[in-house]
Amino acid sequence: MLWRGLEYAGCRLPRTRSQTKGCRVSDLKRTPLYDLHVSLGAKMVPFAGYEMPVQYGLGVMKEHLHCRAAAGLFDVSHMGQVILRSEDPEVAKAALETLIPQDVLGLAENRQRYGFFTNDAGGIEDDLMFANRGDHLFFVVNAACKDADVARMRAALEPDVTVKLLENRALLALQGPKAEAVLAEHHPMVAEMRFMDVATVPIAGAECWVSRSGYTGEDGYEISVPVASATDLAKALLAHEDVEAIGLGARDSLRLEAGLCLYGHDIDATTSPVEGGLTWGMQKVRRAGGDRAGGFPGADRIMRELTEGVSRKRVGLSPEGRAPMREGTPLFASADGDTQIGTVTSGGFGPTVGAPVAMGYVDAAHAENGTALFGEVRGKRLPVSVAKLPFVAAGFKR
Amino acid sequence: MKFTEEHEWLRVEGDEVVVGITAHAAEQLGDVVFIELPDEGQTVSKDDEIVVIESVKAASDILAPLDGEITEVNEALVEEPGKVNDDPEGDAWFFKMKIEDMSALDDMMDEAAYKDYIG
Repeated sequence: MLWRGLEYAGCRLPRTRSQTKGCRVSDLKRTPLYDLHVSLGAKMVPFAGYEMPVQYGLGVMKEHLHCRAAAGLFDVSHMGQVILRSEDPEVAKAALETLIPQDVLGLAENRQRYGFFTNDAGGIEDDLMFANRGDHLFFVVNAACKDADVARMRAALEPDVTVKLLENRALLALQGPKAEAVLAEHHPMVAEMRFMDVATVPIAGAECWVSRSGYTGEDGYEISVPVASATDLAKALLAHEDVEAIGLGARDSLRLEAGLCLYGHDIDATTSPVEGGLTWGMQKVRRAGGDRAGGFPGADRIMRELTEGVSRKRVGLSPEGRAPMREGTPLFASADGDTQIGTVTSGGFGPTVGAPVAMGYVDAAHAENGTALFGEVRGKRLPVSVAKLPFVAAGFKR
Repeated sequence: MKFTEEHEWLRVEGDEVVVGITAHAAEQLGDVVFIELPDEGQTVSKDDEIVVIESVKAASDILAPLDGEITEVNEALVEEPGKVNDDPEGDAWFFKMKIEDMSALDDMMDEAAYKDYIG
C-alpha cells in the first residue's frame, strides 16, 4: 500500500511507529491536557506547532457522529487567548476597529462576535472570536497565527492599549446537543446563556470564562480554564456518559459540514472577506453609509468588492459519487474543457451527510447553487455540484 | 499468510493469491469511506497502483504486489468501504490474482517478520 499522504489539515501522520521516532517531536509544544490525551489512547500528531490528538479510540467517524448526537469534548488549548485592556475600555474598542472590519464599539457587554484581521491588500490575516468582558476585550485566535496576531496588535495599539497573550489558561470546547445539560450540572447559569453570550462561571472550583459558541455547527460552549484546573475539569466532563473526547480529525469534518472556514485553507492572506463569503461578519456600521464605515486595513478593496462584486467566491461543493474531493482538487466547468474555474480548499467525507463534502473557490460565473462542475481526481473528471452551505443545519441556541 | 512492506497481506488459494491490507494499515488509515477496485481480467505489473483507498484522513493506493492477472475483485467493498475497518484480514479482501511465479511469495515476510517490521 502506497501511503500517498496521510494528511490532516496540513499535517502528516506518522507512517509507521518507527518513523514517528524520526520526527522532531521535541520542537512541538504540548497543551496542559497532553497527559490526559495520552492516557485516553489518543493518536497524537503535529498541528500548528503542537502535539495534538487527531483521534481517540472511537475513531474520526464515530467521534463526529457522537458529537452531533450527544456531546464531545475538544482540547483547543493550542489556540491563542488574548486580552486587550485600556484604562478607558472604549479606547481599546475604538483602537481594535482600526484592525478589523467588525463593530467593536457596539458589542454589548458579555457578548461575543466573530471577526477577522485584514491586511492592506484586503486579504485575511486570521479569523477570531472577540468578547466584550466589561473592562477588557477577550480574544480567541488561531494557534498558527497567534504570535503574529499579538505582534500586529502590539505594533498598532500600544501604548494606549495593552495586549497580553495568556499562557496560564487552557481552552476546552464542549459541543453537541447534550452540552447544555452536561455543563449545567456544574453550574445552572450556563443554561441561561444564549448563542455568543459570555460569562464568568465557577466550575469545579475554578474561575472559568465561558462562551456559548464553538466551531462544529452544534450548540455548545468554549471554556477558558486556569491551567491548574484544566485536567480536572476535562475529566469531570468526560465522566458524564454523554461526553466523549473528540480529536482534530472529527473537528475538521464537523466544521466542514457546518460550512465553517479553516484558516490557511479556506481563507488566507490573499482571500478577501467578500470572496470568502464572510460579509455576514461585517456589521452595517462599518460598511458604506455606516457611521464608522471603512478605517480598517484593506478597506479600499473590501468596500469596492461589497458594491461591485468579486470574480471568485467560496462555495459549498457536493461530489456526486463516493470519491472525496480533497484540498487542491482542480475544478472545471465541463468534462473536457481545459480552463480550470476553481479549486477545492477543504474536502473530505461528511459522516453526518453520509457522503463526500467540500468547499472551495470558483469563478463567480459558476458560483450559483446547483451549478454542475467537474473535479479532477486522479486524472478523472468527476461530477460535483455547487451546494448551499452549511451541509448540516446549525443547532445554535439563539 | 505473507506480508509486504506496503502493509498488504497475501493468502494463497489454489492457484490464486488473495490480497488485502493488514489490520495495522487499516487502523492507521482510520475509517475507510471510498474504494476503487481494478477491472477483472486486468493484467498488472508489480507496483502498479491498482486500488484507491480513501479514509476520513487520507487517500492511499494499493500496489500490485506481483506481476499477474486480476481474476476477481470484492465489489462489496465499493458499497461498504467500512468493511475494511471491521475485518481487514478476512471478509475485506480487495482482489484475487493469478501470478506467474508463485515462488516470488517465498521472499515475502511471514507474520512474525511483519509484526517485527511494524514494531
